[in-house]
This record gives sequence, C-alpha cells and structure tokens, in this order.
Amino acid sequence: MHIPDGFLDAKTVAAASVLSAAAIGRALRGVKRTLTPRKVPLMGLASAFLFVAQMINFPVIGGTSGHLLGAVLAAVLLGPDEAVLVMTVVLAVQALLFADGGVLALGANLFNMAVVAPLAGYAIYRLASRLARTEAGRLAAVALAAWASTVLAAAACAGELAAAGAVAWPLAFPAMTVLHMAVGLGEAVITVLVLAAVAKARPDLLPGFAARGREEGARPVADVLVYGGLVTAGAAIFVLPFASKLPDGLEAVAARLGFASRAAARPVLPAPLADYRVPGIGSLPLAAALAALVGAALVFGLAFLVARRRLARARSAVPAEPRAAEPR
Amino acid sequence: MKHERVDRLSRGESPVHRLSPGLKTAAAFAFILAVTLIPFRVGAVFAAAGALLVLAIAAGRVPAAYLLKRLLLLEPVIAAVAGLALFQPGGAARFAAMAVKSTLCVGAVLALSATTPAAGILAFFRALRVPSILTSMAALTVRYVHVLGDELRRMRRARRSRTFRGGKARAWRSAAAAAGHLFVRSTERAERIYRAMAARGWR
Repeated sequence: MHIPDGFLDAKTVAAASVLSAAAIGRALRGVKRTLTPRKVPLMGLASAFLFVAQMINFPVIGGTSGHLLGAVLAAVLLGPDEAVLVMTVVLAVQALLFADGGVLALGANLFNMAVVAPLAGYAIYRLASRLARTEAGRLAAVALAAWASTVLAAAACAGELAAAGAVAWPLAFPAMTVLHMAVGLGEAVITVLVLAAVAKARPDLLPGFAARGREEGARPVADVLVYGGLVTAGAAIFVLPFASKLPDGLEAVAARLGFASRAAARPVLPAPLADYRVPGIGSLPLAAALAALVGAALVFGLAFLVARRRLARARSAVPAEPRAAEPR
Repeated sequence: MKHERVDRLSRGESPVHRLSPGLKTAAAFAFILAVTLIPFRVGAVFAAAGALLVLAIAAGRVPAAYLLKRLLLLEPVIAAVAGLALFQPGGAARFAAMAVKSTLCVGAVLALSATTPAAGILAFFRALRVPSILTSMAALTVRYVHVLGDELRRMRRARRSRTFRGGKARAWRSAAAAAGHLFVRSTERAERIYRAMAARGWR
C-alpha cells in the first residue's frame, strides 16, 4: 500500500500532506499533554518494534503475501495519539532510508496509514468493544478494527490514485479494497494474537484491554471532532467525487430509498429483498463497498465466536478455583 | 540483518560521502520534486535526470549489486500499481510515465541513503524545525531496529531449537507470540535506555 513517488500529482500530494500535517500536529499536542521524558524512548522503541513487526509476512490468496500494518496494534498498545506518531516515524524512516514508499508521496502514505488506519481503527475498536463488553467481544473488536483499518487505508489509497489520475476509480477502488479485505484477515489474526500474547505476559502494559470492565477515560470531545473532521475531509476530497459520479450508484440508492419509504407508508408490507434489485450491483465499486460491509459483519461475528470458544476452553483447562485453604 | 548494509554503505568514503548531508538531502528532494512534477512528455529532462542519477551513484561508489537488489525488491510494487493503469484507455503511456518516474525517485532515495548516514539526514530535518519528539523517535528507531530484529530472530531460533514444529496454525501463533514478547522486551529496553540517557544528562 506504500505509494511510490511519481504516481500522484501535485494537488493530491498537497491535499493529503495538509491533512496529515494537521492530524500529526494534533497528535503531537495530545501526546505532549501527558509527555514525560520517560515516554520518548518508549515511543522510539515502539516505532522500532513496529518496524520489525511489519516484516512478519503472511500469505494472501493468489501467491501474493501481505505484511502487518500495525496501526490498530499500536493504537491499542499505546493510544491513538501515540499510534499516529509511531506510524508517522515508521513510514518516514521507510521512505527516506529504504525507498519503501515515496518521499513526496509520504504525505499521502501518512494520511492512509498513519492517520486513517490508526484513528478510524481505534474509533471502530472503541465502538465495537462497547457492543460486547466481554473479553471475547473486546478481542473481536480488535479483529474488526484491524481488518477495517487495512480496508479503509486501501480505499483512501485508491481514492488518492484516482484523484491524481493515475488509475481510474472504477478500477482502483475494487482492486485495492478486495485485495486488502484478504490482507486484512491476516492483519486481524496477527493483531489479536500479539495483543493476547502481551496481555498474557504483561497485563499491566494493557490496562484498558486486559482488565475487564476498566474502561479508558473518554477522549476529549475536541480531539474526536478534529480527528473525525480530518478523516472525513479526506474522504470528501479523495472518495466522494467518485462515489457520487457513479452512473447508477448513489442516485439509484437514493431513488430506491425514497421509493421504499413511500412504500412503507402504505399499509402494504414492503417488498421482500428477493425481488428488490440490489442497486448498483452492476458497478464494481459499489459491489466492493457492499462486500466490505458484509465482510465487516462476518469478521466481527467470526472473531467473536472463535474468541469465545477459545476463552472458554482456556478457562476450562485451568483447574477450578482452589478452595480457600484451611489454616493449619 | 539486511538493514545493516545501508549503515555500512553510508559510512563509506567517496567524493559524494564527503558532501554535506543537508546539501545531499535537499538535492535529493529537489530531484524527486522535479521528476514528479515535470510532465513526462518532456523526454529530454528524464534522460538528463537518469544520467545525473547514474553519475551520482558512480561518484558515490554505491555497489551496483546492492542497488539492483533493492530495486528488484521494490519494482514489483511499482509494476503492480502502474500495471493497474494498463487496464484503461491510454494506459500504456501512463504506465511508462509512472514506471520511469518512480524508478528514478527510488534510485535517488537509495543513492542518498547509501551515501549519507541516517544521523545526517535527521539533522537536516532538525534544521527544518521538525518537532523534536519526531526526530528523537526516528533516531531511536534507526538505532534500535537492528537490535530488535536480531532479538526477534534469536527468540525464533530458540523456539525452533526447543520445540517440535507444528502445523500452520501453530506457526502463526508462535510468530505472534514472539512479536508480543518482542513488544514487552522493547518496553523494558526503553526503560533501560531512558535511565542511561537520564544518567548522561538528557533533559
């Protein structure tokens, strides 16, 4: 997903760089609120750790292999502000020393992988773990967030490539998102397994994650607004122009919805989904978007079931709580 | 570890190595900016850029084998994205433009990092007033990425030598467990580094 130099034009690079710079500035302010000198080496080492963790390769369908992105991993381990900075440093070092991702394209790569991936991923993690407050629910929320962060970053990347005129949207969006729906599965599995390993070895490093019921304090509203606004602005700049220009896309949906609401007002039951032509299934981007929604539900549900079964088995393997020994 | 190669090369000796790191970084940025922004129709510019790059690489005594290896590693990514452009009208021209431009830019970054120590590039960013948290984090990343990579490999080797190899699921779990422990070890190491830095009067 690292965009090389020479693919993006000046306006796309400029727009993405401004958005990334604003988000990084916000993250710097957020981190400085709680910055102790002790924390600087920790974040430096976390960047080095993520750099190494990104070398874990896993096979993806069709002979290609994906590697860990680690945005959600960093956000859950360290917090969202810290994750933005850690991902920024990792991407900058990769671009400048190893030519992995372009130097000018860094602004765009930062927006996809250091802004959208950790922030949207973290928001999804917080929201989804509220859905199911059990330990299994929390692990499933991590899986969903990790998967979605990969898909969303890929969608942003497709939007940038299309906005720059490098690859047309109807081609870039399905290709990128469908590939990363597969890559995201590996991301989800590795993120959950790594967090589970850390939670087992040093639960004190994951206060909000391991201890059940102990929620991290709510984020300041201003942070949520600024971050949400930046990610939304990115979506509006890079994705919306294409989504709304689809021949039979959103208008068709809107027309259908308008029709559906009028139909519901009548005493007749609304038509069943079967003879309800799924609008825009003929267009690849919309089909991919629909597939992503279905995929998200599947990932969460599957991860939840697997986590619950595993946790139950792990508990039954541990001998029942020992009775209080009688004093001798 | 493979990244050590860049370190060793960047501390080499050549006319290019002796230039000021800030100058080289700025020059590489200017080169990339020009290559990215100039329309591909102006072919002579790209021929000149290629010649300039080859000259810099030769003067910097960057081993051809190293460059080719890194390029081969990165070209599939370029080819995959540029390849998508082939599936649209006028795709061949766009494909050629993207492939040439990005190869030139990758070459420029490789030439820069092979002739300039990371500390020099970082100093350039400090001079540009990039926030000190980011530059300190980057410096620590560059310094410790080999250390952590080696640590991960030692952990894997120790595991392999002690356990029977299981199926795929177990391989995934052991890789993830190793990564999890690597994070734990990283935080512990960060604590030791902090104490060492504090003892030497940092902050």
